[in-house]
Amino acid sequence: MNTQTATAARAAAVGAEPLLEIRGLRRSFRKPDGGELRVLDGVDMTVVEGEIVGLLGRSGSGKSTLLRLIAGLEQPSAGTIRYLGQPVTGPAPGIAMVFQTFALFPWLTVLENVQLGLEALGLPDDEIRRRALAAIDLIGLDGFESAYPRELSGGMRQRVGFARALVVHPNLLLMDEPFSALDVLTAETLRTDFLDLWGEGQLPIKSAILVTHNIEEAVLMCHRVLVFSHQPGRIVAEVKVDLPHPRDHADPLFREVVDRLYVALTERPARAAARPEHFPGTGIGTILPRVETNLLAGLLEALAAPPYSGKADLPVLAGALHIDVDRLFPVAETLEMLRFVELEGGDIRLTEAGRRFAEAGLDERKKLFAQHLLAYVPLAGHIRRVLDERASHTAPRSRFLDELEDHMTEKAAEQTLDAVTSWGRYAEVFAYDDHAQRFSLENPT
Amino acid sequence: MGKPKLPPRVFDLLAGLLAFGLIVFLAETSREWMAPLSALQAAPVALDPATLPHDAARTTLRMLAALALSLVFTFTYGTVAAKSRRAERLLIPLLDILQSVPILGFVSVTVVFFMSLAPGRVLGAELAAIFAIFTSQAWNMAFSFYQSLHTVPAELREAAASFRLSPWMRFWRLEVPFAMPQLVWNMMMSMSGGWFFVVAAEAISVGNTQVTLPGVGSYIAAAVAQRDLAAVGWAIAAMLVVILIYDQLLFRPLVAWADGLRFEQETGVPPARSWVLVILRRSRMVSAVLAAAGALWRRTYRIGPFAAAGTRAARASRWGDLVWNASLVLAAGLALWQVVRFALAGVTPSEVATAFLLGLATFARVALLIALASLIWVPVGVWVGLRPQLARAIQPLAQFLAAFPANVLFPLAVSAIVAWRLDPDVWLSPLMILGTQWYILFNVIAGAAAIPSELRHAAANFHVGGWLWWRRVALPAVFPYYVTGAITAAGGSWNASIVAEVATWGETRLQAHGLGAYIARATEAGDFHRIVLGIAVMSLFVVTINRAFWRPLYRRAERRYILG
Repeated sequence: MNTQTATAARAAAVGAEPLLEIRGLRRSFRKPDGGELRVLDGVDMTVVEGEIVGLLGRSGSGKSTLLRLIAGLEQPSAGTIRYLGQPVTGPAPGIAMVFQTFALFPWLTVLENVQLGLEALGLPDDEIRRRALAAIDLIGLDGFESAYPRELSGGMRQRVGFARALVVHPNLLLMDEPFSALDVLTAETLRTDFLDLWGEGQLPIKSAILVTHNIEEAVLMCHRVLVFSHQPGRIVAEVKVDLPHPRDHADPLFREVVDRLYVALTERPARAAARPEHFPGTGIGTILPRVETNLLAGLLEALAAPPYSGKADLPVLAGALHIDVDRLFPVAETLEMLRFVELEGGDIRLTEAGRRFAEAGLDERKKLFAQHLLAYVPLAGHIRRVLDERASHTAPRSRFLDELEDHMTEKAAEQTLDAVTSWGRYAEVFAYDDHAQRFSLENPT
Repeated sequence: MGKPKLPPRVFDLLAGLLAFGLIVFLAETSREWMAPLSALQAAPVALDPATLPHDAARTTLRMLAALALSLVFTFTYGTVAAKSRRAERLLIPLLDILQSVPILGFVSVTVVFFMSLAPGRVLGAELAAIFAIFTSQAWNMAFSFYQSLHTVPAELREAAASFRLSPWMRFWRLEVPFAMPQLVWNMMMSMSGGWFFVVAAEAISVGNTQVTLPGVGSYIAAAVAQRDLAAVGWAIAAMLVVILIYDQLLFRPLVAWADGLRFEQETGVPPARSWVLVILRRSRMVSAVLAAAGALWRRTYRIGPFAAAGTRAARASRWGDLVWNASLVLAAGLALWQVVRFALAGVTPSEVATAFLLGLATFARVALLIALASLIWVPVGVWVGLRPQLARAIQPLAQFLAAFPANVLFPLAVSAIVAWRLDPDVWLSPLMILGTQWYILFNVIAGAAAIPSELRHAAANFHVGGWLWWRRVALPAVFPYYVTGAITAAGGSWNASIVAEVATWGETRLQAHGLGAYIARATEAGDFHRIVLGIAVMSLFVVTINRAFWRPLYRRAERRYILG
């Protein structure tokens, strides 16, 4: 990766000292067995003045964690974060954040919410008021000063979120998926407004970092995009976006960047680095996503049918099915793990088994799914073996949960076990009673 | 609002009147507080109804002072418990015990201390009474605040941190507003709990002298002693008026105001209304005063120690934890040893067995009463809860009823029992649940109102009716709410047993067999060994029942019956 040299060159060209410099950053949690679970590992990045940097990755890739580390809300396990040359040890003045769920104080009016950061700075009352009103004016909230957040729509709420962050005149604006809780149209309007203000130089910020899992949003807004792998989160690619603003979704150059990002996202470091323990589905310690069997079947059917007839471009498929990439990838990867599809360079291709599944009836589907589940998902095979071996043919959920927690966090363990439980129930390879919290072999008949 | 708009001047005038009345009232009462004690003893309680407004005012102020004290306690105790992991380990179990311990028995001990603070003045006795009321109010408020502090949404905490709010500013800007809606409810509950003990708290014995503070409580006590049914009636009327005033002037505005602070943005429940709040909000004078006060308050965010930016909690050291835990265990062991030694020094082992047997009797009473109340109020609550309009109309009424101190009605019940020669072991029991049964009704109404209309429509669509409907739809849906209400009701009933298992009417004295009567008798006799024994046994009962029965039930309810 030549991320460092590239940004160093950029910094040299601008002739400024970097706003933010991150070296060898690691964030990990202690596992019960004494080992450590790495959420972020070996992250190097630099942000210079005048750029919007996108952090793109799927849920669980640690990009939000990275943003919180930069904001000083969490502390790294190793490595350094320097803001204007100073190490970040807590929330730094000059770094402000916009939150995914707005994080407005419901008992404060729009004006009071915006004033909050200035009050904390201890500015005189009249200056607080003047600056707050200016920010409200800038962000298009005029007339809503005395409204409470609950009276506003989602889009207006997020505008308050922006005004509140901008009013402290931060050098670096952190945005944590700021548009993902909004509907498509509102999100687009807000993005455009933000970019207009940025283009006109009206925003009192020097640079911004945008966390997103929306590829188009990253291409629309950012000067460069850093792509994160997951488990652990590392920067696996840097894609520059040298398109002039305003950018057009339909522009072939725009589509090309989108495609490159899709490829970068499907490229797994596991493959490149040949680290077998991270290859999906090779150990019971693999974290599994909660993917509904309906979605699995749905994607296989769509793939098998025309116009794809077994092979499709992931971005095209996502667009046609109206599925967000964040939702599409777990589905595609689960299918790959089950050997129903193959993923390669942004393409998805049906395997022989996948085609048979798509054409089969319900009973046959279940049989096929059961075979593949037991063969290729070690945790499912493991649960089935334990149940077969026990005289009672039952086993408590906690038994497997404890086992999983040796490899992952409690939350991930629950998610993984829930995923396997739902697949196992669909395939009828074992049953689960939630009241008793027990797995068993008997299905109610 | 559809009402004709009045000019702000009118609201200024109204608000000014409210404020002026409050000031006169405070000045008048505080003058009386500084009077010498002898003045009090010289004037025995007269049963003239004309003295009632004055008595009621004194009682009201006492309650208010105790409430303010409880609020201060809540903000400090709750905060320390939520912020320090080590303090939490001591303070929360302690609070849990204090919540379930009948404090009434200890009041006589504290009196000496408070009287020494202001020797020879009424103030000392007042402080003792206020403290007694405080002990019936503070615990659940502190507990509610502590729990709220733990549930402040992560995003708001992060926002506060990233805008570098100091701990002081965060407390007032984030934590207090977030906790407020729940805290106001708990204040109302505390208040009705306080009324319950006001009768006992206003008559204080120090050594051989009896100090009787003027108030509704002592008025009722005197009326009971003189078998004056008319006076009891007057007192009840006065109490109703006081509660109505409290409700209208204090709690309704508070509830309406706290509604605006709610974090959940849509609750579906119509917001509470209060005419007092409307007056205060519309008045220009009030808003000018509030703005000035607000600006002054904001200044504290900047000065000295308050302005310091949030410091990170120090990494926990294992050795420190170990030492802390060890000393906690040691201290608890010592305290237990002291209690056991003290109690056993004055009583025989057979006495302990008696106390346990009496505890079982009271337990049987509480269990039976809760079951009975559930049988009545669950169906009623479901029926009301499913009719939103009715629920809206009934809610203020039920709140009012819950605030009414049930023990004021005791004299009526006792005279009936005496007149018809009923068995006190049976007929004194209902008094225990008179004031606490409402919690079951409240919660079931809330639960039934929260049943999604889709579920009800689905049930109707599949013709689920009769007993099947109750078994499969209504009961599971209200179950978690019911459990919450029943826990409160049961706890309250244990506490009430001290007041309810012994009742007097003039010379007539009715006693039921139970732990409450045991403690009440010991308190009267000033027998501290038996008081300690009784309270220890009762605490043991309550804590054991909570841990062994209610908590598992609550967890089960949470797991099984809450959607999503």
